[in-house]
Amino acid sequence: MKVERKCKIVSKTWLNHDAVYLVLEVGDMVRTSFRAPGQFVHVKCGDGLLLRRPISVCSCQEDEPEDLLAIVFESRGEGTEWLAQRQEGETLDVLGLLGNGFTVKPEGRYLLVGGGIGVPPLRGCAQYTAGKSTAIVGFRSKDKAILLDLLEEECDKVLVATDDGSMGYHGFVDALVRQELSEDKNYDAVLACGPKPMLKNVAKVAAEFGVPCQVSMEERMGCGVGACLVCVCDMKDGTRKHACKDGPVFDAKEVDWDA
Amino acid sequence: MRKWLILRPLEQKEAPKPEPKSSVRPAAPEEHLPPVDLSVTLAGMTMKNPVVVASGTFGFGREYGQFYDLSQLGGICAKGLTLHRREGNPGPRIAETPMGILNSVGLQNPGVDAFVEHELPFLRQYDVKVIANISGNSPEEYGIMCEKLAEAGVDMIEVNISCPNVKAGGLAYGTKPELAAEVTEVAKAHAGKVPVMVKLSPNVTDITEIAKAVEGAGADALSLINTLRGMRIDVNTRRPILKMNTGGLSGPAVLPVAVRMVWEVANAVKLPILGMGGIAKGTDAAQMMLAGASAVAVGTALFADPYAPLKVRDELEQLAAQQGLSAVSQLTGGVRPW
Repeated sequence: MKVERKCKIVSKTWLNHDAVYLVLEVGDMVRTSFRAPGQFVHVKCGDGLLLRRPISVCSCQEDEPEDLLAIVFESRGEGTEWLAQRQEGETLDVLGLLGNGFTVKPEGRYLLVGGGIGVPPLRGCAQYTAGKSTAIVGFRSKDKAILLDLLEEECDKVLVATDDGSMGYHGFVDALVRQELSEDKNYDAVLACGPKPMLKNVAKVAAEFGVPCQVSMEERMGCGVGACLVCVCDMKDGTRKHACKDGPVFDAKEVDWDA
Repeated sequence: MRKWLILRPLEQKEAPKPEPKSSVRPAAPEEHLPPVDLSVTLAGMTMKNPVVVASGTFGFGREYGQFYDLSQLGGICAKGLTLHRREGNPGPRIAETPMGILNSVGLQNPGVDAFVEHELPFLRQYDVKVIANISGNSPEEYGIMCEKLAEAGVDMIEVNISCPNVKAGGLAYGTKPELAAEVTEVAKAHAGKVPVMVKLSPNVTDITEIAKAVEGAGADALSLINTLRGMRIDVNTRRPILKMNTGGLSGPAVLPVAVRMVWEVANAVKLPILGMGGIAKGTDAAQMMLAGASAVAVGTALFADPYAPLKVRDELEQLAAQQGLSAVSQLTGGVRPW
């Protein structure tokens, strides 16, 4: 049975001016509903807003007395700003874990590609594959970069791109993906999360090199469990799937990138 | 004389002991309220409680069935069905608004046959009334669907003539009295013994006109309100949030409109009413019933709180008990207008 749970914030860290890292005590949520990295939680943001905010899981672990779960989000609007103002010791109303994560094997080696606030779920993938994966992450600028120290620890290699060139490669991540795959195609899959144009480009490069690619899609969401049908993702075969229940991770080949 | 006024011997008179201080608020004294009969009857269909979940907010029950036993609900209005499968509108399909949401799903559904084959057997595992919701492109389509659903054995058919998000059918039938009546007649003629409830649109000048037309055409019950057409614009991109530009508004923002319309319709026709629109609390449901609804539907409130329908049910029961009612059905139509 899925549950709505009051979860205590056990630690809060500002990663930069906008991004917050929260660790929550989540009861037995991880034990009962963890499937794979890339799932999300649906968090209520105060009483004035009718919709919860879907936030991908950055990292989680079974623990005693309560499982622990880390989320990272950016304060972008009313809901996430409310969330950013919460303090350690306060509780959040959380539904989870929801959705299907990445199809990933602990013994596999993956090319993890993240853009901006799409980077956090890839950290979960990095942990899950215990240091064997490579991460390529992109940010608008150096001051927007997040989780690099953790990725350095948990990946074999980390490459960084920024849109303005203030850190790492000056440009977009798909160029680094192309460079990496042209040197080493020996990855089980490319796992990507970020803005849709980035995902489209990364999927294209992966396809060129014949490497399977899974993408985590972000859509405006309602119920989060598959009942209201608003978070629609257009598929190549003409069907419309839903990010919350069918995703948020899809096989890049199935997505209609021109929709 | 004076000494007889002193009831205690003087030597026993002591300074009053300070009340024990507590930082914890003492519990309220336990109330022992008499039990309340929660059951209600809507067009001959008896439900164990008056709380239904609204069509389009609950899928076919599978998702929220992972949170609680669906038998706790009075009824389930299933996701709106069409004759054939529909993929619905492109996204974004949702926008948050002050105390409300706009949606433009556009009747995405697997089609009536898939419902009968795959979803109805699932819902039938539960002790809950199943209300199928249908939309058609023509009166004939409504008729075909009613026949299929009556044969499959649903408890009630909710005829949607008010979806604001599809071009064909839907709202067109709900805004013209003669078309609404035609669809109702065809549905009734094909639904056999299954009661037909017609879902009315609030996007009309006079909702009682449509209600009367539908009553005259033989409907067994009315449900109202569907969503109100609305729009939200991103001021930076100057684009509407919804890909369809406009959508249907629901949530607490529409509650007073819904209560007013239920009240107007209850005064204009004799049909029982399933009231909905912004119900999130027991008092919201009570208002709707006082305005004239026999039962209520909870929808948008589910998205913030999957347990909202059960909370509404419990709060309604408590409220009825506190008011000394023996049955919640006694609330129906009980408003005392000035």
